[in-house]
Amino acid sequence: MLYNEPSPLETKVLTKRFGLPNSASIETYLATDGYKAFEKAATMTPEQIIDEVKASALRGRGGAGFPTGLKWSFVPRTSPKPRYIIVNADESEPGTCKDRLLMENDPHSLIEGMLIGARTVGALKGYIYIRGEYRYQIECMDRAITEAYAHGWLGTNIKGTGFDFDVYTHTGAGAYECGEETALLDSIEGKRGVPRLKPPFPAVSGAWQSPTLLNNVETFCAVPPILRDGGAAFAALGTPKNGGTRMLCLSGHVNKPGVYEIPLGMNMLEFIEKIGGGMRNGKKLKAVVPGGSSCPILRAEECDLAMDYDTLAKAKSMLGSGGMVVLDEDTCMVKFALRIMRFYAHESCGWCIPCREGTTWLRKLLQRFHDGAGVKSDIPMIGKLANNMLGRTFCALGDAAAMPTISIVEKFRDEFEAHLDGKPCPYEHAHELVMA
Amino acid sequence: MADQVNLIIDGRPVSAAPGTLLINAAKQAGIEIPAFCYYDGLSLQAACRMCLVEVDKTNKLQVSCTLPVAEGMVVHTDSPVVREARKGTLEFLLANHPLDCPVCDKGGECELQDMVFRYGAGESRYNETKLHVDEKQWSPVVFFDAPRCILCYRCVRICDEGMGVGALGVINRGAVSEIAPNAHDHLECDECGMCIDICPVGALTSGTYRYKTRPWEMEHVGTICTHCSNGCKTTLGVRDGAIMRGNNRDSSGINGEFLCVKGRYAFDFTSHPERLQAPLVRKNGKLEEVAWSEALATVAAKMKAVREQGGKIGVIGSNHTTNEENYFLQKFARQALGTDNIDHQRTGDLATLLDALHGKTAALASTKDLYESKAVLIVGSDLSQQHPLLAFQIRANFRHHGAHVYTVTPGPVREDKIAKQSVIAQPGHELECIETLRGALGAESELVILFGDAIKGDAVRQLVAFADSLGIPVKYVCLVDYSNSRGASDMGLLPDLGPGYRSVEKPGLSHDQMLAAADLDLLWVVNANPLEKTTLASAGAFVVVQDMFLTETAKRADVVFPSASAYEKAGTVTNVCGEVQKLKAALKIMGTKPDLEIMGLLAKEMGVNLGIWTPDKVFDEIRKTVRGYNVPLPVITTGGAAQTAPVNGRVTFQPRPDLVQSAGDPLFTSGTLGRYSKMLNSVLESPGALYQGK
Repeated sequence: MLYNEPSPLETKVLTKRFGLPNSASIETYLATDGYKAFEKAATMTPEQIIDEVKASALRGRGGAGFPTGLKWSFVPRTSPKPRYIIVNADESEPGTCKDRLLMENDPHSLIEGMLIGARTVGALKGYIYIRGEYRYQIECMDRAITEAYAHGWLGTNIKGTGFDFDVYTHTGAGAYECGEETALLDSIEGKRGVPRLKPPFPAVSGAWQSPTLLNNVETFCAVPPILRDGGAAFAALGTPKNGGTRMLCLSGHVNKPGVYEIPLGMNMLEFIEKIGGGMRNGKKLKAVVPGGSSCPILRAEECDLAMDYDTLAKAKSMLGSGGMVVLDEDTCMVKFALRIMRFYAHESCGWCIPCREGTTWLRKLLQRFHDGAGVKSDIPMIGKLANNMLGRTFCALGDAAAMPTISIVEKFRDEFEAHLDGKPCPYEHAHELVMA
Repeated sequence: MADQVNLIIDGRPVSAAPGTLLINAAKQAGIEIPAFCYYDGLSLQAACRMCLVEVDKTNKLQVSCTLPVAEGMVVHTDSPVVREARKGTLEFLLANHPLDCPVCDKGGECELQDMVFRYGAGESRYNETKLHVDEKQWSPVVFFDAPRCILCYRCVRICDEGMGVGALGVINRGAVSEIAPNAHDHLECDECGMCIDICPVGALTSGTYRYKTRPWEMEHVGTICTHCSNGCKTTLGVRDGAIMRGNNRDSSGINGEFLCVKGRYAFDFTSHPERLQAPLVRKNGKLEEVAWSEALATVAAKMKAVREQGGKIGVIGSNHTTNEENYFLQKFARQALGTDNIDHQRTGDLATLLDALHGKTAALASTKDLYESKAVLIVGSDLSQQHPLLAFQIRANFRHHGAHVYTVTPGPVREDKIAKQSVIAQPGHELECIETLRGALGAESELVILFGDAIKGDAVRQLVAFADSLGIPVKYVCLVDYSNSRGASDMGLLPDLGPGYRSVEKPGLSHDQMLAAADLDLLWVVNANPLEKTTLASAGAFVVVQDMFLTETAKRADVVFPSASAYEKAGTVTNVCGEVQKLKAALKIMGTKPDLEIMGLLAKEMGVNLGIWTPDKVFDEIRKTVRGYNVPLPVITTGGAAQTAPVNGRVTFQPRPDLVQSAGDPLFTSGTLGRYSKMLNSVLESPGALYQGK
């Protein structure tokens, strides 16, 4: 099912089947070029497939934005060990809700993307690691997998190609940390979900110490269109180094929140205005979290920029996992910082000291501050504590907690000062924060 | 050897072997990089973030405990950025730390205290409430105080990797993450206390030591554990004439930091209420306390009389007494009492092994060999239960060097988990089973064979012949039971072999023969308990016993001398691998005397001259007269271990494999001593059993 009306300004590549009757069924899929890309891939050499993916300029859609073709080329295809395809469907970043739609509405494109990946690296097994809260999406994927087996698109000797591939869903147990790829691997192996030391990287030694191709749902779903229509065609949709389209999850104080697929490089304000239907209740824009809660926040005046990986990096933020949160003038930024830190303190896996202790300390401090018991020296201390985490933690979770905090204190210091001296929160009676 | 890697640390040129971790390269150059979670020999964690350093041409601080050195690397371990980072990390650590240092057991020897003192900030900025969790007791000897824990995971790793037990894990997440036993609320493990020992803070504390003393109030005496034959160094913390704790935190000695439950806790027999503290003489059928002079005079007169009348005397020595005592005892028996009726409870067939190995050099393995050999074969022993240090060495060898381990045992053992091949051998069929490993063993480049009492007599010769036929260098360990079982054999507590395995002219009676001789006139038992399971055939025999407790044997005695334990005297002991180490007296129990002194006083009372009876003088004599014992004195006097050179020639004796019998003590028993250790008997796992695969 769909949760929002599509916008005519979207470029529908990954979402082209959304809204079709029975879009998740294999019949619909096959009737709309389904599994054609795999048929094509079956006739290509692994090198050719990787070249095609490289040509698409596709970058990882999970958050880090690593070039996908390059990642695929790192998997040693001649390893004596089995190789695995793993899909990261542990979509947990606050503000992000795109993978669930793909799994609900077009699960076969994910399976086909995995098949192509498996064909490329010679994998025989694939796992879809879905966050435990996604009960419905797990059912959707299981149904699609059963259909694919029934129609011969999974199993042994797939469609006479002599190629075998099995797919399983694996349920997470509610840890944000398990979205970190190596923690995900530990979790899938039945261990406590904490990140692993890198190197070795999963491409070389991943699941069960074997070469593993691990990508986000959206990344895998982008592969069939790339193979079918050519990498160059996909790349042409975006900007030079940022190939293709991107599913953005728009939430917050806009008129039309929802998941929209747009070509990379679209202007952010234009996106909010034209696709998102502008600010709710005619309020003014205060700030935007561009790509999930871990991204440094942008003030309204910083938002007039093209949405691609490089431009956002220049603005010292990132496109992350595509979870865009729009905040209007009534939002209390102290409370917003607190809300984010509550999430990270709750989700810190506890492995390393700076993240474990830093997030909890900051949560308590921000709570106290918001409650009106803050003192002036607390304001610089928030930044200092966050900086003591930044770049010093084992995995990126510490950075994810530190970056937005640092940016909020820097950019909205006046709001923190407004909370001092026991004054009540100036936004106390404004609407509650909406956040996915 | 591959080329060295050259780098610069703090402006100093340093070269290190390729693959060396930066933290170790710095250490080799004398530069300390602080760390909590990094621990030599255990897996890498990179969790504590204390070892972050600045490396030129990188965009953020680097973790020196996981970063291998690279050519041309320029490292700063003490730059303002690094100092600030350490300060920040320590500040985080102290945020939820209770700072109850004044009452914490670890106070004074706490790594967190030291780190904060050296690298921490002067003031605290933490204004929020601290997390609190109540303290938990996991076993009689292990307590856990979660708020003090800094989650360095050393305990989890030493238990899993070092001990092969894996009793600990982590529960919850984030700031409320907690170390927890895998059996939920209690430990099911070796109770070795390694987790407590390795804990850098006071999170894990010992049930026997907690809240008893401050570390600086104790005297620390490094001596050798008196229980099994592995000969671990244990440093006893002594205060006011009582042992407070045992550990080996300075990692000196053959065992490094390793200690098992016995070495760490089972010293409490020294202060057991039933400890004998005055000599006893049988009067009117009852043992009564008398003065030392009276007891000594009684025994000396009796010995003299029996000797003069040509009566039959038997002497049974101990597996626990020092080399000096053993040597002096056999000298006493052979010279002053004129008898070769001397023996001890034999627990391994060492004499046959030495004979079978004649002409070979370097054929006896040291504890170090177990860590370094490419392959190890364990025959007929539940090593983790009976010889925990040897098992620890082999596990470390497997972890660090990928050693090939083979086991041939009557039941499952812990070593099966790391074994390349494991064979279950019915008793008596060990050699056939070893034969099935011929292909695999022959393909090894070297081998150490450890065998228990299942292999004795001709089986030892057959085993050596088998090993010879493999065509590879093979070393052996003949497993024996107790702290100086090896020394008892080496010092000639045998009826047919004198010190250094020299044959005697006319062999005397063996252990069992003495007990069975109906015409025995006098039996002298030194720290042994032969009558635990048998009775003395000679009803009229005068029995003299030296012991710490009123054992079954002592109860039958006519005179009992209260003797000092190994922790109360000086001397040397020889471990299962033939390594000679020195005992140091940690305390004195009123009324007791070391066995050597008792024997010396008896000799004096009898008017025979057996030489000066101080341990040093007797050891001098041993070094001069006993083959293989000319060990370098500086090594052992400084607390080191020196392996005896094995006898390299034929040993002529009467093989008596029937007398070789191990007591089969698992981890939680230790012969007589174990019976008087309250702590050892208090743990859930006690008394334990062999071949359970645990």
